[in-house]
Amino acid sequence: MQAPEQEAVTSAEEQEKWLADAMALVQHHAFYMHRALDANNIRDVLKFSAQMLSELRTSKLSPQKYYELYMRTFDELRQLEVFFREEGKRGRTNADIYELVQHAGNILPRLYLLCTVGSVYIKSKEAPAKDVLKDLVEMSRGVQHPIRGLFLRSYLSQISRDKLPDVGSPYEGEGGNVMDAVEFVLQNFTEMNKLWVRMQHQGPVRDKEKREKERSELRDLVGKNLHVLSQLEGVDLEMYRDVVLPRVLEQVVNCKDELAQYYLMDCIIQVFPDDFHLQTLETLLGACPQLQPTVDIKTVMSQLMERLSKYAAASPDVLYEFQQVDAFSKFSQSVVEVIEAQPDMPLVGAVSLHVSLLTFVLRVYVDRLDYVDLVLGACVKKLEGKGKVKDSKATKQLVALLSAPLEKYKDVVVVLKLSNYARVMEHLDYETNKVMAVVLIQSVLSNSTMITVDEEDFQEEQNLVARLVHMLVNDDPEQMFQILTTARKHFAQGGPRRLQYTLPPLVFEALKLVRSLQAQDLPEEGEGSGSVSLKKVFQFLHQTVEALAMIPAAELSLRLYLQCAEAAGDCGLEPVAYEFFTQAFVLYEEEISDSKAQVTALQLIIGTLQRTRVFGVENRDTLTHKATGYSAKLLKKPDQCRAVYACSHLFWVEDSGTTDGERVLLCLKRALRIANAAQQMSSATRGTSGPMTLFVEILNKYLYYFEKGTMIQSTVIQGLLELIVTDMQSESTTHDPEVDAFLASTVRYIQFQKQKGDSIAERYASIQVQ
Amino acid sequence: MVLVLALGDLHIPHRAADLPAKFKSMLVPGKIQHILSPGNLCIKEIHDYLKSLCGDVHITRGEYDDDSRYPETKQLTIGAFKLGICHGHQVIPWGDLDSLAMLQRQLDVDILITGHTHQFKAYKHEGGVIINPGSATGAYSSITYDVNPSFVLMDIDGLRVVVYVYELVDGEVKVDKIDFKKTQGPQ
Repeated sequence: MQAPEQEAVTSAEEQEKWLADAMALVQHHAFYMHRALDANNIRDVLKFSAQMLSELRTSKLSPQKYYELYMRTFDELRQLEVFFREEGKRGRTNADIYELVQHAGNILPRLYLLCTVGSVYIKSKEAPAKDVLKDLVEMSRGVQHPIRGLFLRSYLSQISRDKLPDVGSPYEGEGGNVMDAVEFVLQNFTEMNKLWVRMQHQGPVRDKEKREKERSELRDLVGKNLHVLSQLEGVDLEMYRDVVLPRVLEQVVNCKDELAQYYLMDCIIQVFPDDFHLQTLETLLGACPQLQPTVDIKTVMSQLMERLSKYAAASPDVLYEFQQVDAFSKFSQSVVEVIEAQPDMPLVGAVSLHVSLLTFVLRVYVDRLDYVDLVLGACVKKLEGKGKVKDSKATKQLVALLSAPLEKYKDVVVVLKLSNYARVMEHLDYETNKVMAVVLIQSVLSNSTMITVDEEDFQEEQNLVARLVHMLVNDDPEQMFQILTTARKHFAQGGPRRLQYTLPPLVFEALKLVRSLQAQDLPEEGEGSGSVSLKKVFQFLHQTVEALAMIPAAELSLRLYLQCAEAAGDCGLEPVAYEFFTQAFVLYEEEISDSKAQVTALQLIIGTLQRTRVFGVENRDTLTHKATGYSAKLLKKPDQCRAVYACSHLFWVEDSGTTDGERVLLCLKRALRIANAAQQMSSATRGTSGPMTLFVEILNKYLYYFEKGTMIQSTVIQGLLELIVTDMQSESTTHDPEVDAFLASTVRYIQFQKQKGDSIAERYASIQVQ
Repeated sequence: MVLVLALGDLHIPHRAADLPAKFKSMLVPGKIQHILSPGNLCIKEIHDYLKSLCGDVHITRGEYDDDSRYPETKQLTIGAFKLGICHGHQVIPWGDLDSLAMLQRQLDVDILITGHTHQFKAYKHEGGVIINPGSATGAYSSITYDVNPSFVLMDIDGLRVVVYVYELVDGEVKVDKIDFKKTQGPQ
């Protein structure tokens, strides 16, 4: 038993030997054949030529070696052909010779001889071309051995090439028409394909790879037929669409052979003209899902789309054709069908199909953003449920998918407006997502260094950048902090106009980072100088908001300082929180002068301060004092009044135990005084004392604290209530149905509390209401 | 049956890029009759998006809203119910139900829609119902930790309102519902 390695070597050696032997014999018989040719001895000619052709009956040779033998024989057959033609002049009819050669003993030599005679026969026009061709192509069925059959039919194809009854050929008319020519070639093609496919199933399974290699070597023999068809003048679009393509596809689909299907689909695409493909797109694409699942159909479809894109680039008239046949829907439909038909197609395959389709769209339908979006949407659908894609090859394809429109349109705003764009990005892993987001941001920054004239567009663009920031997330705090600092550096280059859009998202992402650091319970200072820590993040926050304040953007910065203050308080960092409050107050004092803006700013200050628990008595007092001071100094009396009673809550913080009933009462009384003053001012200037709204509000506040602590007596409530009721009935008071309703609902509230039957109800017991 | 959508505190683009995809696919134009938003959208794009869902949109001003023309409070009547909207940063202490109840008395409404805390709440008291739809984008809040995106859909039918709250928890939309009946008041 020889070792396999040695076996292979012996096989190559054997092949050489066999070929050499066969060639020698061919030479030998050819010598005698030539002698007979010279002697015009047709009997001997036929005898020796048949013997020579018998060498082609071998089964031992590989395709490559067989081909060499075939070529040697082919040369000899050319001489034979000349002889047959001469015989015609010598009075023997071709029909006779045709008859004579059929006496050859074995079928293979017989058929080679028949083909050779047939060639002359057709040329002489003694018989119609179509009849001879039909005869030959059918008789060739007698050779069913794959290699022998393929070469025989290849010979037939070769010699018949210039004798087909095509439109405009000398063989048209009596000899037949282009339909006959097509029929002949199709039949030859079909039989050759069957033989070729049969090779796959010959021999032991372990030799499968070897067989496939051998088959590859022979594929052009089969493909040649398609080439011939494409060269026929008479094969116009109609014939191609109605006859040629359906028949060819039928064979391609039915042969169920992966190698053949892939090669032949590719062949069809390469060999026939582009406008044929465009007009038969549906048929051609319709075959794709019917192919064997292992066929690399995406490459085939990509080739087709590639070809057609180039075709589209050729001229604008062509583009019109594309619209007419609605190439896009056909392709996108086909992509869906192919993916459905091949459930085992790996993700990378499906995505790269979409990449090809998108490339096609970008070349052919560059204005149709809706098509671009549809393709992205189809890909999203395929990705549904898959979460973040882990396969690096598939990710690469996704990045290609996302980059293609960016490169084409060079306008990030346009690209991001595609509703499915961000949805594709969702399936990228964190790293890749970050890379993409940075690419996009950089693109915006670089492309918008040109002056954007339209304010609305500018805002839209910057808002998009802001939204992109939220995609730059990373679970690792270290990385996240890096992202933030890097992003801020980038944004600083954008100039002040952009900062008010680009910095706030950074602030909020930093605040989120604070939360995640809090959750990890890290020490205040990081472990090394490089690592992220709460202090570092708050420093970052401080610098960022400061930059914003300098634009200037006072109102926004004040809000952000307060956000930071609250966050710092939650972390227990009293000095940091105090500093942020200070900055907010400074902004309030120095930059916010508009009355309405002051009212809101103060609501935010008081609201934040009310919630902050981190301060010691001193700091708290300072800030509270400031806040109440601002409240009393608001311009309009009603605003003052409301701000002052809001400040009462600064002195009543139940969960930290700082409840100061006295100070609360002072605030409420002050509010009442302001309300009174407002009334007087109104009387003096307008003649009426204005609505009682403020008093009802203050009453409600009294009720709030009445229920919470003991600093308010029920008599006070009663007194206030009666005062309001009386004043409202007075003529000098402005009558306002809203205030009536407010009072009524307040009274209902008191009544409800009274009948609740708990400790609060007891306190309400002494209060009388109508 | 009248469908009223209440959602707010989106904080786009400062704190969020967009509504969660699952919410977006649920909010289909033409199905909702009214939209009430306590505010903090914050940009025109979101206003336009809401208008595309439904023609009748009522928005009050949040402290981060670009558009300064939104009012501080709003009152409207839908069917048998009087509804009021206010962002809530004006009511101190923030999120305090008693103080919000006071605002409700002042506006004289059965249902008060409010926001600011980013936390869903549906609170019934003697004067009516206070509903906070939370943050539709799950935006960061200094008041609430771990905000889940949420919004509210109210089905007003006669004297009854069913409040559906949609919350996105771990990528899945969870729905809860609360029933409120209005007693015919002595109006």
